[in-house]
Amino acid sequence: MATPTPLLALEGVHKSFRTQGARVDAITDVGFTVNAGAITGLLGPDGAGKTTLMRLCAGLLLPDEGRVMVLGFDSRGASAHIQQSVGYMPQRFGLYEDLTVQENLDLYADLHGLARAARHARYGELLRLTGLGPFGRRLARDLSGGMKQKLGLACTLVHPPRLLLLDEPTVGVDPISRRELWSIVGGLVARGDTGILISTAYLDEAERCAHVLLVHKGRLLAQGPPEGFRSSMAGRGFFATAQDLSGRAVEAIVARDPAILDTVVQRDGVRVVMRAGAAPPALSGITFTPVAPRFEDAFVERLRDAASPSPVAATQAAPSPAPARLPAPKVMIEAHELRRTFGAFEAVRGISFQVERGRIFGLLGANGAGKTTTFRMLCGLLPPSSGTLAIAGVDVRAAPAAARARIGYMSQKFSLYGDLSVAQNLAFFASTYGLTGAQRARRLHWAADTFGLGPFWDTNAADLALGFKQHLALSCALIHEPKVLFLDEPTSGVDPLARREFWRRINALAWDGVTIMVTTHFMEEAEYCDELVLMSLGRILAAGTPAQIRASARTADNPDPSMDDAFVALIEMHEAPTRQAS
Amino acid sequence: MNAQRLRGLIRKEALQIVRDPSSIAIAFVMPLVLLLLFGYGVSLDARHVPIALVAERPSAQTSGFFSGFWRSPYFKAYGYPDMRDARRALMRRDVDAIVWLRSDFTRQVLRGASAPIGVIVDGVNANNARIIEGYVQGVWASWLAAQARERGQPLTLPVDIRSRVWFNPALRSHDYLVPGLIALIMTLIGALLTALVVAREWERGTMESLMASPATIPEILVGKVVPYFFLGMGGMILTVVMAITVFSVPFVGSLWLLFAAAALFLLTTLGMGLLISTIARNQFVAGMIAVVTTYLPAFILSGFIFDIHSMPWPIRLLTHTIAARYFVAILQTLFLAGNVWPVIGGNMAALGLIALLFLGLVARISRKRLD
Repeated sequence: MATPTPLLALEGVHKSFRTQGARVDAITDVGFTVNAGAITGLLGPDGAGKTTLMRLCAGLLLPDEGRVMVLGFDSRGASAHIQQSVGYMPQRFGLYEDLTVQENLDLYADLHGLARAARHARYGELLRLTGLGPFGRRLARDLSGGMKQKLGLACTLVHPPRLLLLDEPTVGVDPISRRELWSIVGGLVARGDTGILISTAYLDEAERCAHVLLVHKGRLLAQGPPEGFRSSMAGRGFFATAQDLSGRAVEAIVARDPAILDTVVQRDGVRVVMRAGAAPPALSGITFTPVAPRFEDAFVERLRDAASPSPVAATQAAPSPAPARLPAPKVMIEAHELRRTFGAFEAVRGISFQVERGRIFGLLGANGAGKTTTFRMLCGLLPPSSGTLAIAGVDVRAAPAAARARIGYMSQKFSLYGDLSVAQNLAFFASTYGLTGAQRARRLHWAADTFGLGPFWDTNAADLALGFKQHLALSCALIHEPKVLFLDEPTSGVDPLARREFWRRINALAWDGVTIMVTTHFMEEAEYCDELVLMSLGRILAAGTPAQIRASARTADNPDPSMDDAFVALIEMHEAPTRQAS
Repeated sequence: MNAQRLRGLIRKEALQIVRDPSSIAIAFVMPLVLLLLFGYGVSLDARHVPIALVAERPSAQTSGFFSGFWRSPYFKAYGYPDMRDARRALMRRDVDAIVWLRSDFTRQVLRGASAPIGVIVDGVNANNARIIEGYVQGVWASWLAAQARERGQPLTLPVDIRSRVWFNPALRSHDYLVPGLIALIMTLIGALLTALVVAREWERGTMESLMASPATIPEILVGKVVPYFFLGMGGMILTVVMAITVFSVPFVGSLWLLFAAAALFLLTTLGMGLLISTIARNQFVAGMIAVVTTYLPAFILSGFIFDIHSMPWPIRLLTHTIAARYFVAILQTLFLAGNVWPVIGGNMAALGLIALLFLGLVARISRKRLD
C-alpha cells in the first residue's frame, strides 16, 4: 500500500567537510525522493558522495543547507524519531565478529525493541530469507563475505523498517552472493509498504532498480528509471571488428573518429558507442555489429558532456600502438599442477595454466575459490605445497626473491603511504627494488611524465584525488620495470572514464611486452582480459577468451549471456552439490 | 532509558569480554604479572647487600666487630685480605660497600681510645647508598653496646633515640607497594580497556550501526560502563586476595570501605576511558592516549612509588588532578593503618568529584552524529 507522501525526501541538500582547514564540498544541491514499494538505486563511483548521502538520510549527518525529510520527520530536529523506524546498513556493516549469528540478531532485536513473543517467527523468516538457518551458532567472523552481508541485512531487518537504507551491500561480494542479496531486497519491496534506497558502485546493478539516481562528484547527474537511461542509448552501441587485427589495433583506427563517443577494447574487437544521431563510420575492413545498450553507456555520455568537449581525450594519454609490432610469443607465467593445502584443507587443488608475454590474463572465482591463495603463490608470498611455478623463467619455489624482482603489484586499496608525498612514495618504492642514483632519477622522471604526477610532486598521497592516487599506485608498481604486473581488482568502484583510461594504459603496457595478471570478481574488468580462467573450490572450472566463456553459458533462455551470467551459471553448476550440502 | 535496549547492549559487551582473550588478559593476567613482578622483583629494601670486609691485621677484636656483618640478613659479607682487592671488587660492582679496619684498630680498641673505621659506599644508586650507610651504622652501634656490656659499663651517649615505626613496623616495602598496585591495575582496566573497546567499535564500523539504531547515548555509555565496572571489580578482588594471601600484606581496615572506594575510583577511570574514546577512533591512538594520560601518571604521580611530599611544588600541584593519588592514599591507609576517617573521607570526596566531572563531560560531548 503506497503512501502518497514519499518516505524520504531531500531538497537542495548541501554538505561540506573541513579537512585540514580547507572546506571540501561533499554534496552539492542534491534533491530526490524515495517511495514505498520500489528500489531506488544510488549509483556512482567511489568518492561520489554516496556514503555521505546515506548518512544524511539516516540522520547521522546534518545538511549544511536544505532539508532531509524522513517519514515526515526533519532530520535536523528529530533524528531520534528517524532512527526508530529506519533500517540503516552502513558500508562494511559492523557485525560483532565475536558474536554468533543468533547473538547478533538478538542484539538488534533488543535495540529495536522487538517483543520476545514476536522473535521466534521473525528470526525464522529472516534465516530462511538469507539462508543462514544452519549457521545460527557460528561466529560472525567465520562466515564468508557474502554471508556476512546477508547477516548484516538480516540484523537491519529484525524490526521490519518502513525505509531501508543500504550502503553498498554488494561491494566486495562475489556475483553469486550479489544475486542472492538482490533477490532478498527484491522480495522486501514486493510487499509494497517498504521503500529501499540502495547504493552501489557496480553500474550493471542499475537494471535491478525501479528508479536510479546517478551521482558524481557530489552532484546528482541524472535520475529516472533505468530503461530511460538505456533507451536514450538504443541503436548507438556497436561491436567493431576487423579481420587479422586485434581489438587494440582496431581501437587505434576507430577512436580517431569524432562521431564516436566511447570505445572499450576487448580481445577481438572494440565496443563502440556513437554520439547521438551519428551512424558508425565507413572504414574499410572494419565491420560494425549492433550490440545492446548498457546503463554505463548513458553514464559515460553524461560524464563526457560534463567533463570535456574534446572527443575521447583520454586516448592521448597512451601512445597509439603500431599494429605491426607483435612481440615474439614467450611463456612468462607457467603454473603446473600447483597445489596448496592448509592443514587438512586443500585451498588449491592442482591447477595448471600458461600466460604468454604481453597478454592480459584474468583469474576469476567466487569468494573461497582459491583465488587469493593462487595469487599469493604467484607473487612468491606463499610457497606451493607441490607443483611447479615459474615467472619470467625463474622458478618461484627455488628463488622467490628473484621472481619477486620481476613482478609489480597493485591492489585495489593502492597501498600507498598517505603521509608521504608523491615523490617520497615513488622514491621509497624505487629504493625497495634496489634502484639508486641515475637509474632511480630516470624512473622518477618517467613516472612524473607518463602519469602527469609532476604538478602534485610534493602533495601527500592521502590528499590526491582518487584518479591520481591510482596513477601513483600504478607508477609505484611499475617503478622497477617489472616483466609481470599483478592487478588485484584495480578498477572496481572507479568511474567509467577513469577505468577506460586505466585500461588503456594497461593495454599499452601489454603492447610493450609486459604480462598482466588480473584477479577480480568485478565482471566488467574480466572483459578487458585476453584470456581468463574461472576458479571454483580450488580447481579451474573454465578457461578461454571472454567470448568463449560467455558462449559456454549460452542457453535457450539466455542466448547472449553477460560475463556475470556466465560466471554464475558455471559456478552454480559446479558448486551446486557442495552448496546444498552445507 | 529503555531496559530492553540496555540489557541487549550489556549482554553483547559481556559476551565480547568472554570471547575476546585480550580483555580477560588485561583484567586478570596483567594484574597477576604485575603483582608477581612488584611483589617479588621490585623491592625498595636493601637486603643481602654484598659488602667487602677488610681487616689489615686480623685479631679477636676485628672478627668480633665483623661478626655483626656476617650474621646480618641485610648483608652478604665477603672477606678481603687487603684494600687493593676490596677496591677492585667495588670497581667491578661485586660489592656495594667496603668496611675497612686499619692495622692499629686492635691496639686502639684495647687502649680504650677511639678507633677509626673506614666505610666506602658505592654511591651510584644514591637511595641504596643511604640505606647501606644506615645499616653499617646500626651494626657499629650494636657492637659498641656489646663492648660496653662486656666491660660492665653503661654505654653513655648524649642523646638516646628510641624510634617506633607505626603501621608497617617491619618496614617491608611491598606492604605499601602491593596496595598501590591495585590502583594501577584498576586504572589499566578502567581507562585502557574502555578506550580500546570503543575505538574497536569505530574501527570495525559497529559504532555507526549503533548510532543509527534507536539506542540513545546514555544507553550506549551505560552499556559500556556496567560490564567493565564488574570486570574492574573482579580484577580488584583478585589483587586484594593475592596481596593478603600470597604476599601476606596485613589488611586492618574495613573491606566494605575498600569496595566503596574502589567503586568510586573505577568510575573515574571508566569516565576517563570513555572521554578518550570520544576523541580517538582508532585502537592504537586510544591505547597511546590512555597510557600517557592515565597509566603513566598513576604510576609516577600517585605516590604509589615516589613520595609526593618530596616533589617540587608545581608537580605536587599536578598530582591533585590524578585520581589515582587519592585512591593510593586510601588503599595504603586501609591496608596498613585502618579506617582513618580524616584521610579516607577527604580522598573519597575527591574521587567522587573527579568521577562526576569525567562522566558528566562524556555525556555532554557525546552525540549521535558522525561529524
